[in-house]
Amino acid sequence: MNLHELPLHEASRLLGEGAVSSVELTRALLERIQAVEPRVRAFITPTPDLALSQARQSDERRARGQGRGPLDGLPLALKDIYSTRGVLTTCGSRILANYLPPYNATAVLRLAEAGFVLLGKLNMDEFAMGSSCENSAFFPTHNPWDLTRVPGGSSGGSAAALAAGMALGALGSDTGGSVRLPAAYCGVVGLKPTYGRISRYGLVAFASSLDVVGPMGKEVADVALLLQTLAGADPRDSTTPDVPVPDYRAALSGEIRGLRVGVPQEYFAAGIQPDVEAAVRAAILQLHEMGATLVDVSLPHTRYGVAAYYIIAPSEASANLARYDGVKYGLVAPGEDMWSTMERTREQGFGPEVKRRIMLGTYALSAGYYEAYYVKAQKVRTLIRRDFESAFARCDVLAAPTAPTTAFKLGEKVDDPVAMYLSDVFTITANAAGIPAVSLPCGFAGGLPVGLQLLGRPFDEATLLRAAHAYEQATPWHTYRPEL
Amino acid sequence: MAGLDQYEVVIGLEVHAQLLTDSKMYCPCSAQYAAAAPNTHVCPICLGLPGALPVINRKAVENTVLTGLALNCEIPPFAKFDRKNYPYPDLMKGYQISQYDAPLCVRGWLDCEVAGERRRVGITRVHLEEDVAKLLHVSERGESYSLIDVNRSGVPLMEIVSEPDIRSAEEARQYLVQLRAILRFLGVSSGNMEEGSFRCDANISLRPLGSDTLGAKVEVKNMNSFRAVFRAMEYEAVRQAEVLASGGRIEQETRGWLEAKGITVSQRSKEYAHDYRYFPEPDLPPLELAPSWVDDLRRRLPELPAAKLARLQEQYGLPAYDARLLTAEPGPAQYFDRLVATYPNAKVASNWITGELFRLLNASGKQIEESPIGPESLAELLTMVDRGEVSNSAAKVALEEMFASGQSAAAAVTAKGLAQISDESGLAAVVRQAIAANPQSAADYRAGKKQALGFLVGQVMRASQGKANPAVVNRLLAAELEKR
Repeated sequence: MNLHELPLHEASRLLGEGAVSSVELTRALLERIQAVEPRVRAFITPTPDLALSQARQSDERRARGQGRGPLDGLPLALKDIYSTRGVLTTCGSRILANYLPPYNATAVLRLAEAGFVLLGKLNMDEFAMGSSCENSAFFPTHNPWDLTRVPGGSSGGSAAALAAGMALGALGSDTGGSVRLPAAYCGVVGLKPTYGRISRYGLVAFASSLDVVGPMGKEVADVALLLQTLAGADPRDSTTPDVPVPDYRAALSGEIRGLRVGVPQEYFAAGIQPDVEAAVRAAILQLHEMGATLVDVSLPHTRYGVAAYYIIAPSEASANLARYDGVKYGLVAPGEDMWSTMERTREQGFGPEVKRRIMLGTYALSAGYYEAYYVKAQKVRTLIRRDFESAFARCDVLAAPTAPTTAFKLGEKVDDPVAMYLSDVFTITANAAGIPAVSLPCGFAGGLPVGLQLLGRPFDEATLLRAAHAYEQATPWHTYRPEL
Repeated sequence: MAGLDQYEVVIGLEVHAQLLTDSKMYCPCSAQYAAAAPNTHVCPICLGLPGALPVINRKAVENTVLTGLALNCEIPPFAKFDRKNYPYPDLMKGYQISQYDAPLCVRGWLDCEVAGERRRVGITRVHLEEDVAKLLHVSERGESYSLIDVNRSGVPLMEIVSEPDIRSAEEARQYLVQLRAILRFLGVSSGNMEEGSFRCDANISLRPLGSDTLGAKVEVKNMNSFRAVFRAMEYEAVRQAEVLASGGRIEQETRGWLEAKGITVSQRSKEYAHDYRYFPEPDLPPLELAPSWVDDLRRRLPELPAAKLARLQEQYGLPAYDARLLTAEPGPAQYFDRLVATYPNAKVASNWITGELFRLLNASGKQIEESPIGPESLAELLTMVDRGEVSNSAAKVALEEMFASGQSAAAAVTAKGLAQISDESGLAAVVRQAIAANPQSAADYRAGKKQALGFLVGQVMRASQGKANPAVVNRLLAAELEKR
């Protein structure tokens, strides 16, 4: 196997055994990036010099017997939404095209303390608003399985980099499905943890009550490894409760006998591509054959999820993006006075989808509409959460498709925002309820990856990853790679 | 005053007071920014950088609840923070984290005295928010621009809103004096209008006598002292009465007070409509205030100025004038309390504090908290006077010496040779000498001219360089003269 094809946990083991060095691994990945990146376009800011320097330092540490643990020396890439000190952080937007943060996100700090190597910052839909990576202000990323198709979004760069072998692990972020959807489209594993499991300090905010840090990898064990380092309360993030962090890797027992798997009928409703449904149903059957009990459940408020989300998220975003005014940092487009400078900067700096959502959100919060839209959407959210609570009284995880289709063609949905929004129909509810959910490959449809989504109880990533890992190890999907 | 006597003046006051906490409201930066160079007390949070998250300052919450308790407010068991959205360069995030519909304290009152009459003013609410950055407007060489100093951004601000219960400019002033005293006695704010730690906006309207509907109200801003508030309220009441008398209508608007001209002017500038689109702050959990926690805070309330004023008159029989001087500020009040703890003669204590001590403090520009003479030292001096060890006039000299040198009373008296001679055997000889040297006076006294004693007392005082105890001298002379 080529070094760039190694799963993260395998590379970690080899590094630990001294069978390979961090510099060797990093060089292999940099070479791979050179070879395929021009076609995939996953990176906004590659950081090869920094990576090699960090790799060298890691090897030196290890030689001195001062290795920092399983992530020490492992090359990862981060979605460009993470504040990285001294490294360009654009959020896929022109308005931050030259923004060099003076501080590191907690997630980045924890990975840094663990000794990771930064390969670069990855492409994304602008401010995480999008499902295809086509809303990046710079360029779209291409799906390594079919370069004419989208990788999904908004963490499109992260998923594509993993699938193309350009990083051994990655961070995305998930607000309405932005880790799981691209993971499904690109045939990799993407975890949306419980809201509050991982600190959001330094994760540039899109929708504050929905955003989470999302570890991604080629295999479930890779994601578990990343989660172990990232999880845990942070005094800098008041929305991270003091919940103990279990040993996620120890949870990967391969055993799912007696596991109760709920199958929500609303997630198999009309509109789902038949071969996608077939692959997901086969996966659920596989779980059953491995000893899990299948339980029919109903989540009746599923169909209101997209509508509620597209009120709440833009509302919070309209406030979160108010700071980009051409005064303090980022793009400045001067006008005759202060107000016209602000207007021009935002007009030039934001793309159409971002503007659309800012206007939607401002409207939904405005006097006379707040009760009818924002408050109503939050109430729907409570109902969605209660659906899950009832379901989890009768089962341990839920199984469903991640997306209604496989990856669509570049340009296919750009002119139809609502059609684009509907890609999120199966992923959005987990964000609304704050529960964890993971997408992992479960087959192919027309040569394109299909994602199986498992959803779990709050802070029960251990059970979720156990179920995902057991399925993964009993199937061949995680061994397939796109030909590039 | 065109018909003002036909109207009732209705005033409500809104005070913003900066809290004296160590750190800012939502970040650990120092809140003591007065002496700091611009933009040195800043961090990603108060700068509003992408990805930064707020954390609640516990002390600020405590101080606000303490203030509410001192203002007789109810403390609801549930409170939360909300985003108040509006664009301005001094508002770093483009929204202020404030409190909208679930403030910390509601429905209280404050008593003040206007022309000898007690007036009760309702307190609608007390809530907590953050201050904005400071703008410095520069005009030089034909260029006009503004500089932003972010040091003040995020400093905790308490907003105290009164009911429209105030009925005159004088009452407005007394309300502010009382409120400020309470805040200073609590130690939660320095309450300084000139320094900007205590700001006041007013809402004023007129209504015909006997009516209970409110007239169109005018908001008055830019009053920078209590006197300015008084003058602005007087001016505005007259202005509104004149408008009404001439058949006009009061415009509901914001007007600015111009101190130099003594008038208010309309501030109908091109402002964005004030729809703040409040929504609950998703980055901060709501607060649940346990009754036991509130009770603990209530127990920590110090004696408030109004109660102290009453007690000094009732318990110590101090005249109202003296009691007012001692309770206007927490410094003298605490000094007095400590003094009478060891020196129980309250009237004497009061006289010395408000007389001699205040004189020395004013002359040296010191606050009583910085007095080189502590209450215990003053007690010592006053006890020496009572014991006849030093005369009252000599004690004043001793006090000056104590103030200048920091010496104790005994040391200062000795150093300046101020000890009074009360020892009878010591004085007996001097008394007999004075009588012997002034036979005419002695004869006059014996003949019935009692005033002649005064001359003889003077002679003894001179002979003893003023150190003889005059009362003792009087007694000894009389006794000696009566012998013959």
